Amino acid sequence: MTSKDRIAEPWGTRTPYAAGQPWPVRVDTHLAQGVAAEDVDRWVQTASILHSNGDALDIAVKDERIVGVRGRATDRVNHGRLGVKDLYGWQANASADRLTRPLVREGDELVETDWDTAMDRIVARTRELLDEQGASAIGFYTSGQLFAEEYYTLGLVAHGGLGTNHVDGNTRLCTATAAEALKESFGSDGQPGSYTDIDHADVIALYGHNVAETQSVLWMRMLDRLAGPNPPQVVCVDPRPTQVARHATVHLAPRPGTNVALMNALLHEIIANDQVDHEYIDAHSVGFDELAKRVQDYPPEVAAEICDVPAEQIREAARVIGGAQRLLSTVLQGFYQSHQATAAAVQVNNIHIIRGMLGRPGCGILQMNGQPTAQNTRECGGDGDLPAFRNWSNKEHIADLARVWNIEPSRIPHYSPPTHAMKIIRYVEEGSIRLLWVSGTNPAVSLPELARIRSLLSQDRLFLVVQDIFLSETAQLADVVLPAATWGEKTGTFTNVDRTVHLSEKAVEPPGEARPDLRDKDGQPLVKWHDPESAFEAWKECTRGRPCDYTGLTYDKLRQGTGIQWPCNEENPEGSERIYVDGAFWSRPDYCESYGRDLVTGAPVEATEYKAMNPDGKAVLKAAGYLPPHEMPSHQYPLQLITGRTLYQFHTRTKTGRAPELEAAAPEVWVEVSVHDADWLGISEGDLVEVTTPRGSVRGQARITEIRRGVVFLPFHYGYWDTGGGHEPEPGGPGRAANELTLTDWDPASKQPIFKTAAARVQRIDGSVRPSPAPTTTASAPVGDIGVRTRGLPSAQVDEDVPGDLADTRGPTGEGDLAGVRGTEEER
Amino acid sequence: MKIGLALRELHRSETDLTHDLMQAGERHKADHEIFYVANDLAAWSRKHVVEIARIAGNYGEHLDPDVASELTLMEKIREKGGQMLGRDASAGLLLLRDLRHILMQATGVSADWEMIGQAAQGIRHQDLLAVTERCHPETLRQSRWANSMIKESSTQILIS
Repeated sequence: MTSKDRIAEPWGTRTPYAAGQPWPVRVDTHLAQGVAAEDVDRWVQTASILHSNGDALDIAVKDERIVGVRGRATDRVNHGRLGVKDLYGWQANASADRLTRPLVREGDELVETDWDTAMDRIVARTRELLDEQGASAIGFYTSGQLFAEEYYTLGLVAHGGLGTNHVDGNTRLCTATAAEALKESFGSDGQPGSYTDIDHADVIALYGHNVAETQSVLWMRMLDRLAGPNPPQVVCVDPRPTQVARHATVHLAPRPGTNVALMNALLHEIIANDQVDHEYIDAHSVGFDELAKRVQDYPPEVAAEICDVPAEQIREAARVIGGAQRLLSTVLQGFYQSHQATAAAVQVNNIHIIRGMLGRPGCGILQMNGQPTAQNTRECGGDGDLPAFRNWSNKEHIADLARVWNIEPSRIPHYSPPTHAMKIIRYVEEGSIRLLWVSGTNPAVSLPELARIRSLLSQDRLFLVVQDIFLSETAQLADVVLPAATWGEKTGTFTNVDRTVHLSEKAVEPPGEARPDLRDKDGQPLVKWHDPESAFEAWKECTRGRPCDYTGLTYDKLRQGTGIQWPCNEENPEGSERIYVDGAFWSRPDYCESYGRDLVTGAPVEATEYKAMNPDGKAVLKAAGYLPPHEMPSHQYPLQLITGRTLYQFHTRTKTGRAPELEAAAPEVWVEVSVHDADWLGISEGDLVEVTTPRGSVRGQARITEIRRGVVFLPFHYGYWDTGGGHEPEPGGPGRAANELTLTDWDPASKQPIFKTAAARVQRIDGSVRPSPAPTTTASAPVGDIGVRTRGLPSAQVDEDVPGDLADTRGPTGEGDLAGVRGTEEER
Repeated sequence: MKIGLALRELHRSETDLTHDLMQAGERHKADHEIFYVANDLAAWSRKHVVEIARIAGNYGEHLDPDVASELTLMEKIREKGGQMLGRDASAGLLLLRDLRHILMQATGVSADWEMIGQAAQGIRHQDLLAVTERCHPETLRQSRWANSMIKESSTQILIS
């Protein structure tokens, strides 16, 4: 047993292993001060709700309160490990400022009331609007952090009950492109990879994916392979000097917004060097000729010019990827939240299809999710897809869904794709949606162009209902606020990136009168279930025969020590490690979830066109040309702004901001600037600077890093709930939320907003004696020694237990060592 | 042979389509997807005009390769008006009318390309055919876009 400051060493002790071997177990435990394992009354199973990895853990309960967490050794996802957000974030559940009673607006104030009064107001206004205009006046904007049972209920109520098409989740901001890219290439959602692929891969390529900070336990798995014999080679595409970049064999740092050009150059090289599997292409794909023709226009020299990456580096990356025997690729927001998001993500799929790297150990794609239950919104119809990957433009699928729900098919809106989040917001702005129900998300901080968002959410003609656990910035603008129960206070299932389903059990009661989102005061007759388990049983039936088949799962089965991957049915009673084995895709025209979209215009492909293009249900190779970003740097705004995450905080800090160890590690916003740009701007470490775009300005202290020149980075976590402004900057004061600066634009195919290509300028405002508050252990690591290092509070000590042999700590530790970044490569 | 005349007609209709797309984008700037995608598609038409002008020389026509891309004063006024309209429900009906117009215009351009393609095949002019094969698919994608935006937008606009 080791005790570690996991704030200072976020990825903990190494447990190296070799290709083909099982990943060793390491159990991480963190309990409240003064509580030992023997004091715990009971351990209740759950999984992480603070990222999409699905790390299984048990909640420690003592005297009916949560007193800590412990990773579950037997779970296939994490083998006992936990990341910093889970180790410390549970403390937020018991925070004193939890919402406990409903609130209603009286003039300028929100006042406490009882559930009947609050619900009466909502019901009354809903009835008025339904009479006046119908369901088109009502919209639901939900979260990526609820449970499958809740999404399925919402999907039924919204699509089948009210008959509204205006349902989407904040997963539109993080995961829409992953889903769309999979639909484009494979006709259906469904992750063509598995976490165990890390155990076998000889090349891991990460595209716009700072896995070290977004799914830190997955990075621990990669680090353990890198520390073992015959480590995999790593290709990293990222403008920032992330931990991934520092461990990479090849690190490409392109200009933001140029991913398609880069990907086309990689494809150009792989095809030119004939590193393709012709048999696989002929047997299992369509569209190769057009792809080959398109990428002819993108030799590395052309991409080098567009991306500002040396052509030789592009060739080197292509050599590594093209020569891989077992290739694993991962993709996340560096692609999904950037220009031509879907087109770029699809090219990653293309590499795997033309190299035949699918459906066997080590060969996989992980189009990552951004939130813990984002996968479930895609499966259950909580985000604008129809339940169980049914195709909204296939009348047979609509009829089938209507049969499951026992309603007339015409009651399910299917005349166009379900309304996406930015369109819902547009309808609120122009007044055709007048009731918006927001649950478990904070658009007043997480949507782009916050001045516009605050303005339209504050309109008198909008009736805003917010369901949340704290009085967030968005809740402060609401007409009715409903307190919600959260993780640990309700039972349900949720699914991670690699299709692993976990059961989360209720550990403690929610505070005050907070209720699980599942309960509906109106007692909708459509909802034939009465509790989470019966909802799950109903959901299972909805998935029967569809790709995400849950029929082989039960709550009891999910209590046997590990999560289980779907499809789990009669043919696969223990779940399925892999899909698309031997080219068995779900893309037949009568079965597929989607016919795809035009990658530039977003226009849905018609059924007849798809049937002609892909009659036998193969994988689809789709080509795309590079288009310049919509907002380019100019004389007035010469830099490009990208926004993103830090390891220690999650989203708008609703939970992580209330965990002392995490808040201390990253307490305040900062501005990352390159050495080159700091020089001509006259900026030193810690200086107060102002970042301005055409939308507004934000001030923060500068952190000089090895980020590529021409690019500025802001973390997007820092809103206003813990400042005097409450939900906005103080009058006349500077902004702090990164989204004050981002532009309102989205990918036409996935409708995911673009947070990573605004044109900006930076100005020094004042000097400082203190360094900036950015963590030193991560991508925000400073160039050189600034005299401080990120260290945990005394309470940050975590127990790490590696059963059997002592952990080998001689190899690279993967820690944020300021001095040893190149050194770690040489040590290997 | 009357290919030159047909190219002149195609040049005119592509130029008009470029303007239609740009104007729709300005007028509906508050509808961000319309604004950005219309401008991206206008760039395609602008590129087509360059290709048409270049090849038209072979058929005795001197056509302008440039489509004016700067906002004139009238266009700037339209853009400002569009932003102010952003909160007004009647902007929706205007949007549907503009999209319908673009659909009609793009369909006409497609018919013009069809004619040129047929002529090129008839006299086996490979250069002219290559231009058609590069450009015509993009025109079809432009009209599909307009049609899909009409489908996506009209329900809410007409029933609210």
